[in-house]
Amino acid sequence: MNTALVSLDTLSVHYPLGRRLIGKAPVLKAIDRVSIDIPKGSFFGLVGESGSGKTTLGRAILRAAPISGGAARYSDGEVDYDLTTLAKDNLRDYRKRAQLIFQDPYAALSPRMTVRDIIAEPLEVMGLTRTREETDTRVREIAAKCRLNLEHLRRFPHAFSGGQRQRISIARALVTGPKFVVADESVAALDVSIQADILNLLKSLQRDLDLTFLFISHDLSVVAHVCDYVAVLYLGSIVEVAPTRELFARPKHPYTRALLSAIPSLDPDDTRKTQRLEGEIPSPANPPAGCRFHTRCPVAQDRCGADTPILDHADGNAHVACHFWRENLPG
Amino acid sequence: MSLIEVKNLTIRFKTDEGLITAVEDVNFDIAPGEVLGLVGESGSGKSVTAKALMRLNGGNTVYDPASHIMLNAPDREPLDVLSLKRERDMILVRGGAISMIFQEPMASFAPAISIGKQMIEQLQLHSDMSKKRAREIGIEMLERVGISEPAKRFDQYAFEFSGGMRQRAMIAMALSTKPKLLIADEPTTALDVTIQAQVIDLMKDLVREFGMGILFITHDLGVIAQTADRVAVMYLGRIVETGAVRQVITRPAHPYTQGLLNALPRLDDLDAPLVPVAGDIPSPLERPLGCVFHTRCDRFIKGICNLQVPERTVVEEGHTARCFDLTQDARVA
Repeated sequence: MNTALVSLDTLSVHYPLGRRLIGKAPVLKAIDRVSIDIPKGSFFGLVGESGSGKTTLGRAILRAAPISGGAARYSDGEVDYDLTTLAKDNLRDYRKRAQLIFQDPYAALSPRMTVRDIIAEPLEVMGLTRTREETDTRVREIAAKCRLNLEHLRRFPHAFSGGQRQRISIARALVTGPKFVVADESVAALDVSIQADILNLLKSLQRDLDLTFLFISHDLSVVAHVCDYVAVLYLGSIVEVAPTRELFARPKHPYTRALLSAIPSLDPDDTRKTQRLEGEIPSPANPPAGCRFHTRCPVAQDRCGADTPILDHADGNAHVACHFWRENLPG
Repeated sequence: MSLIEVKNLTIRFKTDEGLITAVEDVNFDIAPGEVLGLVGESGSGKSVTAKALMRLNGGNTVYDPASHIMLNAPDREPLDVLSLKRERDMILVRGGAISMIFQEPMASFAPAISIGKQMIEQLQLHSDMSKKRAREIGIEMLERVGISEPAKRFDQYAFEFSGGMRQRAMIAMALSTKPKLLIADEPTTALDVTIQAQVIDLMKDLVREFGMGILFITHDLGVIAQTADRVAVMYLGRIVETGAVRQVITRPAHPYTQGLLNALPRLDDLDAPLVPVAGDIPSPLERPLGCVFHTRCDRFIKGICNLQVPERTVVEEGHTARCFDLTQDARVA
């Protein structure tokens, strides 16, 4: 692995659930002891079902969700920040360096602002430009990079299709010149042709602007095509992280295998049902003891309900959190 | 005999900007026990077509006089759904012979009425059964779709159900009146892949058991490959290609279907580039003349595609497409 741009060590995000007079109040462990390195210049995928904590993890790294434990560092060569204690000027500087692209391009853009004003807003809020001319120049530069028609800058968002709106969203995220971008389900709401177009755009922007992406998605086929590394999240914990090709060629955690086999295949004759998961993801307010996946795991044993497996080096460059991954590898 | 036959269906909407064509000359039929997949991008007219079968499109809808939707329910005279005039006659196609499940199950249940009460209401509306009997059937259906503790769940509200359970309850409710045709409008789009796989399995089992026909609307070709027998690909209100799932997915004939497949990230080939279909989908106000796809087509023939509407051409047995550039041996249907 190259040097890490973002490095997390047993990072936790816990939300208190009400208060108790005596004893410890219950907490919702949205993210529990997550340790990953996001290599500089990588397209890092984060997958999992709804409720697994994907968005919370992305937001915690951006300091938009409260970090309740563990360590998190951001280091891009110019600055080196401890994300858990970041405040005031440094936090303001970090906001410039780390940005977010949202899922729904219809909800993310104010209908009352022109496209130019939407893209310019981060520059103005952060006071990064001094004159209107300077702002305009920056806006036009990034709009051109995002393949937006410059004639459209004076229009309002309602005049645009989903794909064009997502380009506007991307331009707004990139206008401050960030090094790290969290793309949270950024293509989930788009039709497949537009999805392909936006994915290609993100990849080319990554190369041109030397960006590092945390790409959050529930769609494994998309992740397989664009990401260099993939981390699989289940109920707030990482169950497996590996370079994309390794993960898809040799998934080691039973949950990863179940996720892969649930993707509907384009081949009508291929009806894999081998690893179908029963039931649904349990509530994070009351997660199962031991391995959090053991209640749905097709190969769980007694030990899984008692001992929590830790994310450990498996083989190659893969890390997996399962007691029995070696025994359960398909022949 | 087919269960439903859609002939020359053309749907326009009256708007402030004038008459907009949403669906044009659409033809298909569904046999009992058959699953027809309807795929296309947003705005292609999938949902408008489906809603026409139940006459659920709004008051500004204009059905072309040449359009027919023939419903051949067993032990009943064939009926043209579009000839129904009075609201009260439409109960037959709204939850009677035809049921529908929607994309967002949270929005389809009344939030302040228990799931059970909504099931009873529907059953009593379509038959003269007693409340007690309707309750029994409702609980039985919930059990049938794999909801645990169905008797307890029956008296709960939609917010107490998880996303996957809501969609199951929706299916249970839609099937409780034993419809002949089920319309499923993106029923798995809002669900996680693991839950989606469960719901797809369930729907396959139910088709086998109840023998009803399904019109399955989705934008996901993978879901279509796993559920449908035949597929129709829609673009800007027209069916551009139709055939058995295997034919259309492995040997797509229409440039648009080929484009959709090229844009799709596939797990069996991670190195394949994702190629978007060039250009944007035109606004319904600027519907292209001739072939609706010609503005984005890489096989566009000037003077032909932009002037004439391509006929349905047989590609192989049971597989047709509307395109001028099909291979030599293609014959006009």
